[in-house]
This record gives sequence, C-alpha cells and structure tokens, in this order.
Amino acid sequence: MSDHRGSFYARDRDWHPPAYTPDYKTSVLRAPKQALLSLDNTISEMTGPVFGHDMLGPRDDDLITNWSKTGDAIGQRIVVHGRVLDENGRGLPGVLLEVWQANAGGRYRHHKETYHAALDPNFGGCGRCITAADGSYRFRTVKPGAYPWPNRVNDWRPAHIHFSVFGHAFAQRLVTQMYFEGDPMIWQCPIVGTIPDKRGVEQLIAALDRRNTTHMDALAYEFDIVLRGRRATLFENRMEGT
Amino acid sequence: MVQRRDDLKESPSQTAGPYVHIGTNPNWVEITGVWQGDLGLVLVGPDTKGERVLIKGRIFDGLGKPLNDALVEIWQADADGLYNSPEERRGRADPNFVGWGRQPTDRDTGEFRFETIKPGRVPYGDGRPMAPHITVYIVARGINIGLHTRLYFGDEAAANAECPVLNRIEHPGRRQTLVAPRGEEAGLPAYTFDVHLQGHHETVFFDV
Ligand SMILES: [Fe+3]
Repeated sequence: MSDHRGSFYARDRDWHPPAYTPDYKTSVLRAPKQALLSLDNTISEMTGPVFGHDMLGPRDDDLITNWSKTGDAIGQRIVVHGRVLDENGRGLPGVLLEVWQANAGGRYRHHKETYHAALDPNFGGCGRCITAADGSYRFRTVKPGAYPWPNRVNDWRPAHIHFSVFGHAFAQRLVTQMYFEGDPMIWQCPIVGTIPDKRGVEQLIAALDRRNTTHMDALAYEFDIVLRGRRATLFENRMEGT
Repeated sequence: MVQRRDDLKESPSQTAGPYVHIGTNPNWVEITGVWQGDLGLVLVGPDTKGERVLIKGRIFDGLGKPLNDALVEIWQADADGLYNSPEERRGRADPNFVGWGRQPTDRDTGEFRFETIKPGRVPYGDGRPMAPHITVYIVARGINIGLHTRLYFGDEAAANAECPVLNRIEHPGRRQTLVAPRGEEAGLPAYTFDVHLQGHHETVFFDV
C-alpha cells in the first residue's frame, strides 16, 4: 500500500461518455455545458470512506435468496465474479460494490417502473459485496431480462447489471453497468452508445466463464472493473502540508 | 518504437439510471429487509465533535425543474480538518465522524438534506489552507458520468476569498455557484446548496 499513494492519473474523458449525448434524450437537459474545472487532486479527493466486511449480512451477495419470501428467485442462475483493479493492474481490496438489476423478465421492483413484465415475488434486485485482499469479488443472482424504456419509440436496454463502486478515494468513485457476452442488443442501445470507443464498450461486457460454473446450479460470468490508478509518491512529502 | 506497457483503462462510466436507489437506498424504495437501513443517512452522533449544521438543496435541469430521481453523496473532513481515511497522514480524525453521507432527492420536491458538522480547513497541495468545503457527488438518470463539485459556506467570506481552489475559477461570478448561503432552520445553521446543471447559473463541476 505504502508505495503508491500519489495523486490519481487524470481521468481520460475521451474514454468515458461525454455529458451531452442526444440519442439518450434525458441527457439533453442534464448535461453541464461549461468546461469542467480541472484540479490536481487535493486531499479532499484522495481520501474516501472505508467500508468493512462486518457491515455485510450473510446473503447480501446472493440476490437469488436475499429477498425471497417463498423460494428462490426465478430465472437463469448465474455467478458474477471478477476483480477490481487499478490502472496499474493492482487488485484493490476493501472496495464496496453495490449492484442492482431487473428480474429475469426485465422488470424492476420500483414505483416508477412501467414495463408489463411480471414482478417476481422472490426477487428484490439489490446486492452488495466488498472485495477481498486480491481485489476479487463474487455474487450470485439471476440473469436479468432486456426491457423497453421510454427514449426513442422502440428502444430496449440489453440485459445488464448496474454497479456502484467505492474505491479508496473519492477520485475513484464510479457508477457503471455490466453487459453479457453475445447479446446483440448491446450494440443497439443508446445508453451503451454514449461510450465513444468500441473497446470501451467491450470493457463492460462480461465473458461467459464456463470453467467456473457451479455444477447443476449456476452459469458464471467474469467481469473485471478498473478504477483510476495513482502516481508513485516521489513527492509525497509535499502533500503533508507541514 | 519504445517499450510496450500494458496499462489498463478505467472502466467507462454509465448512467446510474432511474432505479439507482434499488442498489443504494433499497429501504427507501420499499425493498426492506435485505439489509438493515440504508448507508450514509446519518453522519452525526452524540459524540461527534463540531458545530451541527444542515445542508440542503435541489438539483435543477436546464429548464429549471428539480431532479426528483438523483442521488447525492457528500464527503468532508471533521471539525479539525482531518479526513477519516487511511490516506489521512496529518493526524487522527474524530472516530465519531465518518464524514460520508448519501441521500436521495425527494420524490416530490427534489430536495436533499444532510445533518452534519461544519468541517475544518484542509490544505491544498502546496500547503495553503483551502476554505472549509464539502465534496459533493451527484448521479442520476441522464447523467452519463458522476458530477463532482464542492459546497463552500456563505459565512466564510474571508476564507473563501483566499481559497486556492475557488480562485482557480476564472470568472468570479461562477465562484458564487459553489457558495451556499447561510440561513437557519430548527435552530441550526442551514446552508442551501442549489445545483444548476445548465443555464446562466450553471454550477462549476470539477474534473478531479
Ligand atoms: Fe437498468
């Protein structure tokens, strides 16, 4: 830990979606128009809250059972696993991952949901876990369905799982989505299409992982998440401010 | 040609979408019992040091309508200007103050509110003190990458005037978009931090 505490590499804004993406209509009125204020990290961005494993309940990482009332959630059972890394390829421990998703039919349990697909009485749709010492994580769920959404007349979201990621610093804070290998809907989605580079989209597509299926239980998908890396600390003393 | 490096790229951001609270505040959207209580609702306990304050505000879109489906997080130092983080090397922060909070914006009014303490000053990279401030992070449907900004306090005019970060904002008028005026509510100082995503009063957002 102590050998890499410099400020974070600048975020590559050309790799991320821009704010204004008119094919995703809601962005039109919610995209800032002025230039961002560029700021070399101060201690306010280089720090962040710590979340401990002791806050997790035994089924927080099992969406198949963590909201079940009468039995398991319906749908194709999957394990999603991978590592959270920084841009230098180091596994990041202690990273809180919060996930949410539609059920196997593509329906969210939410008061604003308007899709006709049925609710699953045994599926809530939220889960969370914290990465281990090597940055690895895993949770179990059902594969979410695709769903239509009000944007252009016939827009559908590909199957996806939302991720909120807390690294070690507020500068690393990230919210993203995971897609599934082989889904043709990925390339038709205007939200996916906000990502400017095809390789960036591919970075969000989890690979089917046949080696790690659970026998007669669940398919596996492997999904690594990369957070910003940081500089070596040749000038660390400058940060002390003393 | 030079040596090849295999540096990784940061995973691209995607919008939090309209259902973000299922993952972050499940109890708030009636998915109860999966875990006890949503994270980040309470910042201050009886033993927390510092002056209690209220932080509240709304987030306005380009036509002036408040967002009622956003998620707001704050991150701040303790009353002595120390962060409760392993990265903090200057001393040990108040053990009764984590400094992180998270609230959804209200479904009807769009308002977010935090009860917290006023943070102390923390240094800029060159050691000069920054004015007291709170880091604010906003995600929502229609926001493709989370927005970073800062709240500064309206009753800290002298500190604000010498803050090296505020002074990096070229147009003095835009600095005011980060300064929350002080009022009072329920006997506490209440600072109103309204965020404008677009328009004449567009808030200054940071690339940190
Ligand atoms: Fe979704």
